[in-house]
Amino acid sequence: MANVFSNIAGWVNERAPGLAPMYRKHMTEYYAPKNFNIWYYFGSLALLVLVNQIVTGIFLTMNYKTSALEAFNSVEYIMRDVEWGWLIRYMHSTGASLFFVVVFLHMFRGIMYGSFKRPRELVWILGMLIFLVLMAEAFMGYVLPWGNMSFWGAKVIISLFGTIPFIGDALVQWIMGDFLPADATLNRFFALHVIALPLVLLLLVVLHLAALHEVGSNNPDGVDVKHGPKGNRWDAEKPADAIPFHPYYTVKDLFGTGFFLTIAAFIIFFAPTFGGWFLEHDNFTPANNLVTPSHIKPSWYFTPFYAILRMIPSFFGTAIWGVIGMFGAILLLALLPWIDKGEVRSVRYRGLGFRIALAVLVVSFLALGLVGAGVTAELIPAWFPHADVTTWENAFGRLMVLGYFGFFVFLWVYTRFGFEKTKPVPERVTMHD
Amino acid sequence: MANEVVDHGRRRFLTVTTAVVGGAGVVAAVVPFIKSWEPSARAKAAGAPVTVDISAIEAGQKVTYAWRSLPVFVVNRTKDQLAQLKGLDSRLLDPESKDAAQQPKYATNETRSIKPEWLVVIGLCTHLGCVPDFVPDIKPEPFDANWKGGFYCPCHKSRYDLSGRVFSGVPAPKNLPVPPYHFVDDTHIQIGVDPQEAG
Repeated sequence: MANVFSNIAGWVNERAPGLAPMYRKHMTEYYAPKNFNIWYYFGSLALLVLVNQIVTGIFLTMNYKTSALEAFNSVEYIMRDVEWGWLIRYMHSTGASLFFVVVFLHMFRGIMYGSFKRPRELVWILGMLIFLVLMAEAFMGYVLPWGNMSFWGAKVIISLFGTIPFIGDALVQWIMGDFLPADATLNRFFALHVIALPLVLLLLVVLHLAALHEVGSNNPDGVDVKHGPKGNRWDAEKPADAIPFHPYYTVKDLFGTGFFLTIAAFIIFFAPTFGGWFLEHDNFTPANNLVTPSHIKPSWYFTPFYAILRMIPSFFGTAIWGVIGMFGAILLLALLPWIDKGEVRSVRYRGLGFRIALAVLVVSFLALGLVGAGVTAELIPAWFPHADVTTWENAFGRLMVLGYFGFFVFLWVYTRFGFEKTKPVPERVTMHD
Repeated sequence: MANEVVDHGRRRFLTVTTAVVGGAGVVAAVVPFIKSWEPSARAKAAGAPVTVDISAIEAGQKVTYAWRSLPVFVVNRTKDQLAQLKGLDSRLLDPESKDAAQQPKYATNETRSIKPEWLVVIGLCTHLGCVPDFVPDIKPEPFDANWKGGFYCPCHKSRYDLSGRVFSGVPAPKNLPVPPYHFVDDTHIQIGVDPQEAG
């Protein structure tokens, strides 16, 4: 039997001699720093969720009907009548939310340890493109069940393009293919959600990994292992402080996978709507173009950006400033490698100012999430019955907008003009064993 | 053949012309795909004018009709409500309806309507297109202690008065638009056709 396999392997190898070296380059001979910690789980977990979304998504299309008349009922049909349909759908909807949990943590890791810095700018840019496509993918997927929140979410998000001067209204009609989100809108979103964007996403993920494997992984110390001493157990030329990705990090990632799947399974089985955060209650009623849900809010992963949109008022008779602010918030993240001029990568050896600024960024981002989700609008009257809700919500929200954008301004000034007092960076990675 | 000198000028000319012709072809081929996203003939046909009976709308009531799948509010305003409108001017963004795109000429007046009591507006917030709530009573509301009746958008808290005029300091930048409409007779209006067109 073993002979048969080695014969087949030999046969393939003769005809495609590049396959085995490629496997070695990316797996058994991809040397990653040996000091990865818990923050390094989220890349492989994102890949896991991507596979989950593709597999469950394919099975959902087998029973979903792409039509404004049938979409809502076909989703209910999947939930009630299709064997195990509820599980497949909840795996897909929970997967969407967990995708963003994982990606946000992955991005935070990159900022915290300076993984976006030279020479990994391209890895970061490709990652930001993945983030953008992922947001478009998630938004369009959210429209497909054609519940009332799907409809109104689509309406509000598409209307963002209407704020562009001169061409706005025509552009909105072009995107919707009607005067309101309608059958045409649903059909094109389905096409983009199941074919176009996943293809782009997969391509970007391949490029993201290819670009990473070209420059090598960063690590919690931000030390370049490639510039350190050479020679490890496997190869005399490779960095001494690095270990082969396979089997060492594949095994580590499998441990993370087990942990992650436990949490995911708990949500899927016991709290698939996650208290209205993962699946909103208003989306359990069919789309109705004449009735607005009392609180239109996007899915939780959009709420920080949505809050920025809401908190910036209109000036000069146009509402475009909020839209610019919202997209600017993402653009600034993408430009981080050029905003942060600091030489030291990891937060472990950076100045106190960076640590405080990073904390402000995280707090503002989370607080904006609460504002965008309407939590502050409920808490303010509950805690301060006599306060004017709009005034206080705006004051709080705008302060948090300043905190978010302030991070980037501060970081540039702090690093460009040499205010940062860094600690000495060690020669080699540190281990805590 | 092999020893002939390469004519670089000729090669460049061929490269550029091939690229230009090919590029033009690609652009031409993209047009149908882009145009296919425009509203279809069926979607446009669904945008025909609608005639509605307003005789059953009591004073102070609002009824919503669909025109081009857009919600159109028809409000029968009371004398009391009309009397409040003037006093609001200082708190509004465009009290005199100067933005000509938001209403036809025949509705550019104090009440933004053909007949003072009948308000006809498209019920979509000019911020991001939600349907504002009708809050007609003249009494303090949680969002405005000095409320004189009007529309309140639940999405981003934009406020409009009972003529669809937007308040200052809210996200919405414009007054609610008045669609083209005319009175067919005392109890019927047609939405989608100007009085002049109707003759």
